[in-house]
Amino acid sequence: MFYREAGQFKTSYAADQQIFPITQDRIGVLLILAIAFIAVPALSNEYWIKAILIPFLIFSLAALGLNILTGYAGQLSLGSAAFMAVGAFASYNFMLRIDGMPILLAFVLGGLAAAAVGIAFGLPSLRIKGFYLAVATLAAQFFIVWALTKFGWFSNYSSSGVITAQEIEIFGFRFLSPESKYLLVLSIVVLLALAAKNMVRSSVGRAWMAVRDMDVAAEVIGIKIMQTKLLAFAVSSFYCGVAGALYAYAYIGTVEPEGFNLDLSFKILFMIIIGGVGSIVGAFLGAAFIVLLPIGLDVLVQGWLVGIVPPSISSNLQLIVFGGLIIFFLIVEPHGLARLWQIAKEKLRLWPFPH
Amino acid sequence: MMKTSKTLSRALIAAGLLAGVVADAAAQAKEQFVGLPSYRVGAYAAGGSGIYGGWIDYMMLINERDGGVGGVKLTWEECETEYNNARGVECYERMKKKGSTGNSVFQPLSTGITYSVLDKVPVDKIPMVTIGYGRTDAADGRVFPWVFPMITTYWSQATTMVKYIGAKEGGLDKLKGKKIAYLYHDSAYGKEGIAVLEKQAQKYGFTFVPLAVAHPGNEQQSQWLKIRQEKPDWVILWGWGVMNPTALKSAAKTGFPREKMVGVWWSGAEEDTIPAGDAAKGFTAAGFNVPGANYPVVKAIQDNVYKKNKGNMEDKSRVGSVYYNRGVVHGIITVEAMRTAQAKYGKRPLSGDEMRWGFEHLNIDAKRLKELGAEGFMPDMKISCADHEGSGKVKYQQWDGKQWQVVSDWIDADREMVRPMIEESAAKYAKEKNITPRDCSKES
Repeated sequence: MFYREAGQFKTSYAADQQIFPITQDRIGVLLILAIAFIAVPALSNEYWIKAILIPFLIFSLAALGLNILTGYAGQLSLGSAAFMAVGAFASYNFMLRIDGMPILLAFVLGGLAAAAVGIAFGLPSLRIKGFYLAVATLAAQFFIVWALTKFGWFSNYSSSGVITAQEIEIFGFRFLSPESKYLLVLSIVVLLALAAKNMVRSSVGRAWMAVRDMDVAAEVIGIKIMQTKLLAFAVSSFYCGVAGALYAYAYIGTVEPEGFNLDLSFKILFMIIIGGVGSIVGAFLGAAFIVLLPIGLDVLVQGWLVGIVPPSISSNLQLIVFGGLIIFFLIVEPHGLARLWQIAKEKLRLWPFPH
Repeated sequence: MMKTSKTLSRALIAAGLLAGVVADAAAQAKEQFVGLPSYRVGAYAAGGSGIYGGWIDYMMLINERDGGVGGVKLTWEECETEYNNARGVECYERMKKKGSTGNSVFQPLSTGITYSVLDKVPVDKIPMVTIGYGRTDAADGRVFPWVFPMITTYWSQATTMVKYIGAKEGGLDKLKGKKIAYLYHDSAYGKEGIAVLEKQAQKYGFTFVPLAVAHPGNEQQSQWLKIRQEKPDWVILWGWGVMNPTALKSAAKTGFPREKMVGVWWSGAEEDTIPAGDAAKGFTAAGFNVPGANYPVVKAIQDNVYKKNKGNMEDKSRVGSVYYNRGVVHGIITVEAMRTAQAKYGKRPLSGDEMRWGFEHLNIDAKRLKELGAEGFMPDMKISCADHEGSGKVKYQQWDGKQWQVVSDWIDADREMVRPMIEESAAKYAKEKNITPRDCSKES
């Protein structure tokens, strides 16, 4: 009833090509942004911002990066966490070794370093595909974490191999409060998400999708396979690298290479599978599912079941319920939560009439 | 009329009394909250469930037997971290403000989580106590006022290992020309021991052969092949989780005598040796607590907690195991710090700041240990402003095929060697983070 595009005519190319062609979508997105930028920092408490929203945004960014590579360009990767580690350690070293390095530039450079590493490990994708490529990126996962532990230079010869992120300071403003860190992370994530959305709508994104759907056909119509695939690796790793830098600087503070292990890579992969492969909004939905659900379950279990069931059972129960929900959602909608959202939108357009 | 008013006044008096009683009850409901970032699932669940179980049981004992600490009841809540850094941070934030005075102390039982909240604890004013793990150089309390790597650190432990091996060889001077292999978990945790052991190798003239084992450590053939070639006199096992039984089994296959293997305290629990079966017999490991259910403190838990069916362990046979007793040590230290702080600030729920004072002035001497029923159960310790380690002593215990037998007295760490290294590392951290170390002569 309210969600209907009847009467919205596109009279110019610009209007036809905008990101959200339906007025209601535009209003909705602006509303979400207004809530995220104004209402959340004003109303939310420290716990929500520090422990839930910041990690949610950071993992959304990492999932977005992987979604570009896997969802749009069709290259399966198990090295996302390692690229995050490269971003975090590179930003740290740029800040440490260059005096007066602006932090935002360090984030960008950290992302670029991750992109360079991503290209290097993307090279096998020119020859191998699918599960075999996943194994090659698995090598990236193990090699990078090993190298960061092995060579003391990366962690400034810290005896235990950890790095402690410097303070975030931009134009003399020190980002100490959780609200300020949240706004910084939110701004970066919104900017990069917007960039990603535009990228996948442009010729670059179309080339990625062509390669994903059938690389031989893509080559026949004149898409350069090598450039397209490596660009996808570079952009994806850049996003993961920035996410890793934010993880270190705005969230955890002190990180060790072991924190970016294969488990985290799998988690990011699950995010895009649950959220929706090949969808920007899917990255956010998937991150919300994977980050928030276990915490929500733990709060429920510790609040309600404590004293009723033994603690080890209640802890395992969380994992069982979590796994069960993943299977449930994948059976109900194999294309992820983003697809559910899309179906809901289509239904809304016709509502209240079924046809 | 007269009668009614009398009844009314009586009723009023009764109501007043009742209100007074209720108010009293509210004032008596003094509680101190302890947040427990536990892990009971995943690869390290054996350690997590044992230690947090022992800790909870000790707090239950204090509540049941003594009515709390100085009349203040202990309350606690668990938060499942899954040994994952991000989840640990979430737990830290969730429990920070719980209870009337916020979380009293954060003890995550994970070096990774320790690092993840290291910068947060001074801001939120919550002391962090890491007993037998965590950041070694935090033992320099001038730079890390809020972090307490208590009893002993990895570096101290490494020096006691050399002392123990020296004693077995018949004196530290006999170590000259010997060869010691260091089989370690290839992570921040495993690398902790290398720098100290290299220094010790120089000092005593033995050859030091470090051998890394990739996580999780269930594949060690190449390392043991190397050990066969190198023929070391001793092997130090610096493992965690599944790596320990695998090392013991591989040693048996290689024919390396288990009597010549010395493990860290995270290799020396029943969960490490029982899966290895007969291969574990003779293996020796360090421990800052000893196993056994025959200590008065563990007996008191049996009598006051398990007899009332309020115990935390589902498998009651684990009461008195290495991990369980380590949890009791965690409980003793937390409760004693509370007592110390209450002596200064009064018998009421304490803030994080006051708890920190309690930890910093903690003094558990031999006499106090006896009163607690923990004589010989854990080393005596004294924390000060500069020294947040406080003891540095460990005992060595040997697996006889059925249980751990203590085979040494408390062995002191070589603190003359470790302390300057701690101070150097802490000073580097202070410089990087622009921290001015506290002047301990001015601290009260």
